Amino acid sequence: MSAILQGAGAATALSPFNSIDSNKLVAPSRSSLSVRSKRYIVAGSDSKSFGSSLIVRRSEPLIPNAVAAKADTAASSTSSKPGHELLLFEALQEGLEEEMDRDPHVCVMGEDVGHYGGSYKVTKGLADKFGDLRVLDTPICENAFTGMGIGAAMTGLRPVIEGMNMGFLLLAFNQISNNCGMLHYTSGGQFTIPVVIRGPGGVGRQLGAEHSQRLESYFQSIPGIQMVACSTPYNAKGLMKAAIRSENPVILFEHVLLYNLKETIPDEEYICNLEEAEMVRPGEHITILTYSRMRYHVMQAAKTLVNKGYDPEVIDIRSLKPFDLYTIGNSVKKTHRVLIVEECMRTGGIGASLTAAINENFHDFLDAPVMCLSSQDVPTPYAGTLEEWTVVQPAQIVTAVEQLCQ
Amino acid sequence: MALHLRSSSSSKSTLLNILRHNLGFGSRSHVTRHIRQILPHDPPLRGSQNPISRLCNTMAEPETLSSFVQHEYANNHQVMDFPGGKVAFTPEIQFISESDKERVPCYRVLDDNGQLITNSQFVQVSEEVAVKIYSDMVTLQIMDNIFYEAQRQGRLSFYATAIGEEAINIASAAALTPQDVIFPQYREPGVLLWRGFTLQEFANQCFGNKSDYGKGRQMPVHYGSNKLNYFTVSATIATQLPNAVGAAYSLKMDKKDACAVTYFGDGGTSEGDFHAALNFAAVMEAPVLFICRNNGWAISTPTSDQFRSDGVVVKGRAYGIRSIRVDGNDALAMYSAVHTAREMAIREQRPILIEALTYRVGHHSTSDDSTRYRSAGEIEWWNKARNPLSRFRTWIESNGWWSDKTESDLRSRIKKEMLEALRVAEKTEKPNLQNMFSDVYDVPPSNLREQELLVRQTINSHPQDYPSDVPL
Repeated sequence: MSAILQGAGAATALSPFNSIDSNKLVAPSRSSLSVRSKRYIVAGSDSKSFGSSLIVRRSEPLIPNAVAAKADTAASSTSSKPGHELLLFEALQEGLEEEMDRDPHVCVMGEDVGHYGGSYKVTKGLADKFGDLRVLDTPICENAFTGMGIGAAMTGLRPVIEGMNMGFLLLAFNQISNNCGMLHYTSGGQFTIPVVIRGPGGVGRQLGAEHSQRLESYFQSIPGIQMVACSTPYNAKGLMKAAIRSENPVILFEHVLLYNLKETIPDEEYICNLEEAEMVRPGEHITILTYSRMRYHVMQAAKTLVNKGYDPEVIDIRSLKPFDLYTIGNSVKKTHRVLIVEECMRTGGIGASLTAAINENFHDFLDAPVMCLSSQDVPTPYAGTLEEWTVVQPAQIVTAVEQLCQ
Repeated sequence: MALHLRSSSSSKSTLLNILRHNLGFGSRSHVTRHIRQILPHDPPLRGSQNPISRLCNTMAEPETLSSFVQHEYANNHQVMDFPGGKVAFTPEIQFISESDKERVPCYRVLDDNGQLITNSQFVQVSEEVAVKIYSDMVTLQIMDNIFYEAQRQGRLSFYATAIGEEAINIASAAALTPQDVIFPQYREPGVLLWRGFTLQEFANQCFGNKSDYGKGRQMPVHYGSNKLNYFTVSATIATQLPNAVGAAYSLKMDKKDACAVTYFGDGGTSEGDFHAALNFAAVMEAPVLFICRNNGWAISTPTSDQFRSDGVVVKGRAYGIRSIRVDGNDALAMYSAVHTAREMAIREQRPILIEALTYRVGHHSTSDDSTRYRSAGEIEWWNKARNPLSRFRTWIESNGWWSDKTESDLRSRIKKEMLEALRVAEKTEKPNLQNMFSDVYDVPPSNLREQELLVRQTINSHPQDYPSDVPL
């Protein structure tokens, strides 16, 4: 693995998201907790008695007017060279193209990835450059082209398999679980399967329940695969390149609403470590763990929190399997409070696993129960207003932090 | 398809009508390809295809065809452009029949008594190859019987035999080259045997000892060898078919003189992966051989409960794949069919479907007792009257390449080797505990290292509960 180059976290453009008018929402207070609990899920305790069950272990209370030590990091990366500005889907494409140039075994397969350029334009222009065979349009059968990718990988190619929407990869579950994850093991190491399975997932803008799946919940149990989620153009390109170079099968989760994020990324080549989390905003009071789109909701909430005098540490966990418990652990040991903000459903999501992992490993360092904000266990409604309320919003994050930091 | 030749219009335009209707796809190159497929010297097609082949004999260039058609149709009929090509209309309400009146004939070269059928077309086999084919069939039979008995005696945990399908296993393997990549289901150990996998190596995998290439992780008969281009058996049915298409795609990209070959049973053709893989292979023009061992039974499900088509061979046409039906118990026919199919697949970069008709003489596996759902008489008949070994043996003996003495020498030698292989494999140590956690990833991540530590700690505190034959 090459050295980690951690870029700065927050992107400049947050325009795709609704900016929450916090005046519209009820100001947090203990009496109205029961009302709010219908709108978001609080893990770890009964919301009504939440305040009273909090045990503050520290001797001195938190200073509510503490000024944040560091402002939100700007978009300029750690590199001193100028870099170039692009959108997230272009960053993915750039990473893919560079790897295809570098290694003739890398190929792409999926629906409409060829001359159409991909439904989200991630493979745009690649078919013209590399030909129809290396950027392969397939008929509609996810299990079949995922199986194809696995067979090609066992014969020496390095396929990048695109699911048009992550939800469609449910049809490929058999191949992913039984063959992709297992064949390296059951063959006694004789055959490797260096595939990358990628695609957009998550809740979009009124895409309907079937197109708003969060597959990371379903895949996280499969032994033998790695899962990463990108959230900025910088880590999108870095993770794409790292995933292609990895000998293990990697599932790269992109988000439908993040493709148009703009950022300046370095001109020189870099990759991101697949197993590392990203420190978005160092802080002292509380550790907020998140990934993918929720990172931006968290950062928006962080602005409000800073104004209210809190100093949250925001970590984009990036590696969903395995968790980067080293970075997470160091943070928990520093702040003693953890809030997980995810888009998965309450039951069986990444947050559920992360809560268990943190409780098991860092229980002694916690001053408060681990809190997890997730989506409800409902199929995503089509109605825009309802859809908004299935996703954790910045105001809810602010409330949760305030509760945890009492 | 029932043809309705109207006497009112000219018979030639009606034949064109049928041609257009059958050649639904449009681009010139597609039409050309289809016409080239049915050439005068090909075996005569049965039933409804005759008008087309007759027509093709009289046709010149595709360009001539379409301009001719345009002229004809301008006068009598309408031809409309649809996505996919021009389609002729018909005012008659006519359904394509669900099946042809006659079943697709089965290619065979040796009759039931092992005599060469006169005027049969087959690929000539040298004495050396023929003797190796027969010897390996005998070896496979003995290996299967001894492993099966070992399981019954409790020495092995599980086994699945290929009894009755030795010809498919060995003869198909003999027609391939070592560079052709194999994606098996689980009843094709003969292919590995042909390529040089030793009886000891088979036994090692079945006992899951430390010499097993799979490091003891899989159940018996789940062989795999990257050296011999035989991909590790994955128990899930038909998942190897898309994998094979992917491998064929890889070979196509590298322009290798090799193809992918995948095996599956009649039951496997019901899985979605079968249909998708065939479709993909056709669209991608991938050099892959789909070899279906239609042995009549999927555990207890007979083929009449598996599909309602005329077997598997007719399904190829639905995807635009050239197909053939072969007598799976005729080693010479299997060899010829696979040999020809392989050349076609690589030269023309296309998939080929081969349906090998045979019979599963053994039980589905050692967990099955097939007399519960079929008569012992049926099994016995196939084992005696249609035995693939005896038929081929008759043929090689008639060529003077085999004798009773060579037979008995071979059988006693193989039996001794097998029993020795069993004995050694049984005694060999199992792989150590560390192998439970390695190869999940290229490098064990921290959570797996932690979990291994936990297991070892548990073993230290409860050593009596840990199996004594697995080294730590």
